[in-house]
Amino acid sequence: MVDSALVLHGQTIAYTAYTLLIMSLMVWFAVRITRARKGSPVSNGLFYAWIVFLVVLGVSLHIATAKTIPWKELDLHRAHIKPDKHFVITVEDHKFTLPADTLYVDLHDKVLFDVTSKDLTYGFGLFRKDNSMLFQMQVVPGHRNDILWEFVNPGVYTIRSTEYSGPEGIDMILKDVVVVK
Amino acid sequence: MSFINTFMNGEQAAFKPESQTALQKIALRFVVVGLIYYGFAAIEGMIMRIYQIQPISAIPPDQYFGILTAHPLVGIFGSSYSLVFGAFLFLVPFLMKKPIWSVKMANWSFLLVTFGTLTFWTAGFLTHYAPLYTLYWPLPADFSQFTPVGGAFFILGIALVMVGTVFFVINIFNTIVYTPKGWEKQPSGALIRDALGITGLANLFRKKERQKDHLVSLPVAAIARGTVDVALNSGIILFTGVLILVYMVAAIFGHSLEKTAIDALLYKNWFWWGLDLVADGLVLIFVAGTWYLLATLITGKKLFMQNVARAALLLELVVSWTVWSHHLMSDQAQPGFLKIISGEMVTAFELFTQGLAFFITLATLWAARPLKMTPPLKFLLGGLLGFALAVPAGIMQADLGLNRILHNTQWIVGPHVHVAILVGLTMTLYAAVYLLFPILTNGGKLYSEKLANLHFWGHLLGGIGMGAFMGMAGLKGMLRRTIYFEGEFNIYMILAGICGALLLISFLIFFYNIVMSVGVNGVLGIFAKPKVVTAEALPPEA
Repeated sequence: MVDSALVLHGQTIAYTAYTLLIMSLMVWFAVRITRARKGSPVSNGLFYAWIVFLVVLGVSLHIATAKTIPWKELDLHRAHIKPDKHFVITVEDHKFTLPADTLYVDLHDKVLFDVTSKDLTYGFGLFRKDNSMLFQMQVVPGHRNDILWEFVNPGVYTIRSTEYSGPEGIDMILKDVVVVK
Repeated sequence: MSFINTFMNGEQAAFKPESQTALQKIALRFVVVGLIYYGFAAIEGMIMRIYQIQPISAIPPDQYFGILTAHPLVGIFGSSYSLVFGAFLFLVPFLMKKPIWSVKMANWSFLLVTFGTLTFWTAGFLTHYAPLYTLYWPLPADFSQFTPVGGAFFILGIALVMVGTVFFVINIFNTIVYTPKGWEKQPSGALIRDALGITGLANLFRKKERQKDHLVSLPVAAIARGTVDVALNSGIILFTGVLILVYMVAAIFGHSLEKTAIDALLYKNWFWWGLDLVADGLVLIFVAGTWYLLATLITGKKLFMQNVARAALLLELVVSWTVWSHHLMSDQAQPGFLKIISGEMVTAFELFTQGLAFFITLATLWAARPLKMTPPLKFLLGGLLGFALAVPAGIMQADLGLNRILHNTQWIVGPHVHVAILVGLTMTLYAAVYLLFPILTNGGKLYSEKLANLHFWGHLLGGIGMGAFMGMAGLKGMLRRTIYFEGEFNIYMILAGICGALLLISFLIFFYNIVMSVGVNGVLGIFAKPKVVTAEALPPEA
């Protein structure tokens, strides 16, 4: 499984290339429409080709990520996959309660994080040492909130609430509590 | 003309408020209030930009989150709704060449939106009621963190805005379909079908000679179509407000109602369905309609592919009503089929509907070459670019795989939300303000085109730059609804702060330009009782 940092890296390249392209196109368009040359109507064929392009582009993104982002399929089928480890975590009064002070995980283990809120809506995310996000999910009270994740890199991770739960939620950070070896 | 004279009476004293109709005055009142609230939102935004670099000790976290709660609501309801309502309450009668259904109701819309915004802003400022605009259950009723009295006033303010919104909706639809006194009976059924895009859709399947003529212009159709979402959205927000108010009133009288009586996930679905009627419904439709209006007024030509544009507006109805689930892709209890169908696929369709509007507008401009690069055209192109940047960013985050690592990060609120609102929506609205300025002021003159140019570049570069640096921070893991105390993302936040300052400066330039154009006496005159008695958009001699 690829690491989420690699996916974000790819996204950064793709979106940056797109922004540069569209900004250049708009500059070109702005210059051309002010030139003295008389305009001619845009052909209907170009318009319909644009429609087809948009449809293909919109759909192909999701098809491409279904095949290249492994946690997408893992997420949709997690109910039928047996995890290697299962951590039950509760949240109440803006505090996480873990099954142990430190959660140890073996490399390439598929780990199920099963998080329950006793009061408010929270978030649950794992972050690397450099503050970048490994993954996150919402934690909604009265519902099961579980995520299955395969750890592909060794490291030490911080748990942090990724959803606003009032001003008291800003300290919902457990530093270096997930260790992957 | 001396500076003082221009400052008091406007550029060449060309603007004479006493020549204005009631509708022109209402539209400009909405514009003035909308710009003042934009100023509120911009200053709040700058405070938060500074706070993200270094938390300000004079502002405790609960007040910071109070600002974070008020900021989008003041920006959307106080500013954008005001600008849009003012423009459309004028444009529908103007374009249909008929009187507005009720001047009195238009005035009530103005008063309710203005004072409703002031009420919720003041309640948030004084009591730090801060459940954010998302109101995730049961946070709005968490009285261990917020006072129920502060919350009740906050919700009351929102409710006033929504009542003003309902009045706007009634006025728009009645103006389209009613028969003014002394007129021949209007075909209300045919008018409403055309306004909603049904006639345009049917025309696509008819032979050319059997196609029906359009009774309403395309911009009016876009206004009508977007107003359907405005109506539904105000209903959802009003209902949710009453629900929260019940818990608050109970708490004020010493009773604690059971919060688990409301399912948090069902509530989240319900509320996001309503909120998305704004974000993915009326905003996109109103913007498309405004692009069409601007393109036709700037070029003086017919719109390219008019029937397709009309049909696309109807299609957007289906999209905006079924798109909400992309906000719940990280909610693990949300059914998978909703995540895929509504969250991914329907959302991807926005690329199609907005892409159509983008192409149609550009094609209309292209066919009318050569064009003069006026402020309205510049801002229109800026608005088009804003959505061209923000919509694909939104499609990316509405992917089940990418959402897992983007949700609630600065990516969402930077390249998507702020670029869409500040660059896409606001620049489109600025284009409309610059274009409608002489029409609304009966020949008022813009003080300085150079300042308009500075406004354009400052806003464009500031808006895109701020969104870009926020997005870079988001890709590095920075969350959107928390406080960082150790300067973890300072490089990006300082750069975003500089761009935010550029936005604020360019707004001040614009504000100064407008005040110098109409003069202080002109601004005061807008709020005086109209002397021209008519429900028509323009004075009789115009």
